[in-house]
Amino acid sequence: MRIEFTLNGEARAVEVAGTTPLLWVLRESLELSGTKFGCGRALCGACTVHVDGTAVRACSYPVRYVAGKQVRTIEGLERDAVGRAVVGAWIDLDVVQCGWCQPGQCMAAAALLSADASPDDATIDGAMSGNLCRCGTYPRIRAAIHRAAATLRGEDGR
Amino acid sequence: MKFPVRTPAALVGTGVLALLAGLAACASDAEAPRPVAATEGAPSDAPFAAVARVLRHPRCLNCHPSGDAPRVGDDRRPHEMNVARGPDGHGVPAMRCASCHLPENQDLARVPGAPNWHLAPRSMGWEGLDDHGLAEALKDEARNGGRTMAEVLHHMEQDPLVLWGWDPGAGREAIPVPHAEFVAALRTWIDGGAVSPPPGTTSTFEEAR
Ligand code: FES
Ligand code: FES
Repeated sequence: MRIEFTLNGEARAVEVAGTTPLLWVLRESLELSGTKFGCGRALCGACTVHVDGTAVRACSYPVRYVAGKQVRTIEGLERDAVGRAVVGAWIDLDVVQCGWCQPGQCMAAAALLSADASPDDATIDGAMSGNLCRCGTYPRIRAAIHRAAATLRGEDGR
Repeated sequence: MKFPVRTPAALVGTGVLALLAGLAACASDAEAPRPVAATEGAPSDAPFAAVARVLRHPRCLNCHPSGDAPRVGDDRRPHEMNVARGPDGHGVPAMRCASCHLPENQDLARVPGAPNWHLAPRSMGWEGLDDHGLAEALKDEARNGGRTMAEVLHHMEQDPLVLWGWDPGAGREAIPVPHAEFVAALRTWIDGGAVSPPPGTTSTFEEAR
């Protein structure tokens, strides 16, 4: 079936089975390989993208559900201030280890900061607990979210 | 499967009634045999028990928690990823129910789904309630979302989240009585005055199996 949606601000259309996971469409059909496959069971968060602003698991999200919607991936994260703050903080604090989980971590962090401009540690842990990191970068992720929040508030954050 | 309904006719088939009659005949000063204990006396045979068994099934109870976190699976384990209720019952930022749960089951990923997937409000938490408490919770409009009994019946009859309990997708037990049977039991209880059973009884399918 033909499915039309907006991807990182651009109109896109794909011709695929509607049950195809969004992740497959992003990576294979549209060749945007920033979003990663981890578990395929909605358990790890590596495939996190935004659909109409909600963080979703692309690995278990049939593409027909994005028809007519706004999809944002890591490739489009820096299109707004929140995304730029997240990426900037990630670089400043050198969050990444192997990197596999990090696109999903950044997308989840951006979803959190879009809903809560000043999350405390407990709020961060609650929001990010669906995004696993086998390298254990959790303390740096938490610090980077605080940094990004401070940046968005116009504070130095350091 | 159907859960057993204890009727005299069913018990005659097992010879239990005959045994009871025989025992009574041996007891010269006994009252007339009361087949109550075997046929109708167990608290789980009260009209509300058939309803309570369903409400206490994991498919219902997992998302009607009394606390702030759902449970999952037939073993009612805590939801992986430390999933929390959040301010609106739909999760927390970046961990919304809809982040994973779509309007239909995703059997490949084994993620259950139905329209408007979310936790029942805290006032509708059923964990830890006995049958009396469940009945009171259903009737209390301050806790049941302001529903009349007719609206409670409608919710149980029509709400897609309720109906999901009978079509829960791969890896989960469906509620083991037909939905129509559950609705009929609820209707019977309501039509009979929605009398709460006495405290102390906890009806489950395990007990009825
Ligand atoms: S790959 Fe989608 S949640 Fe793990
Ligand atoms: S950085 Fe390696 S899995 Fe997270």
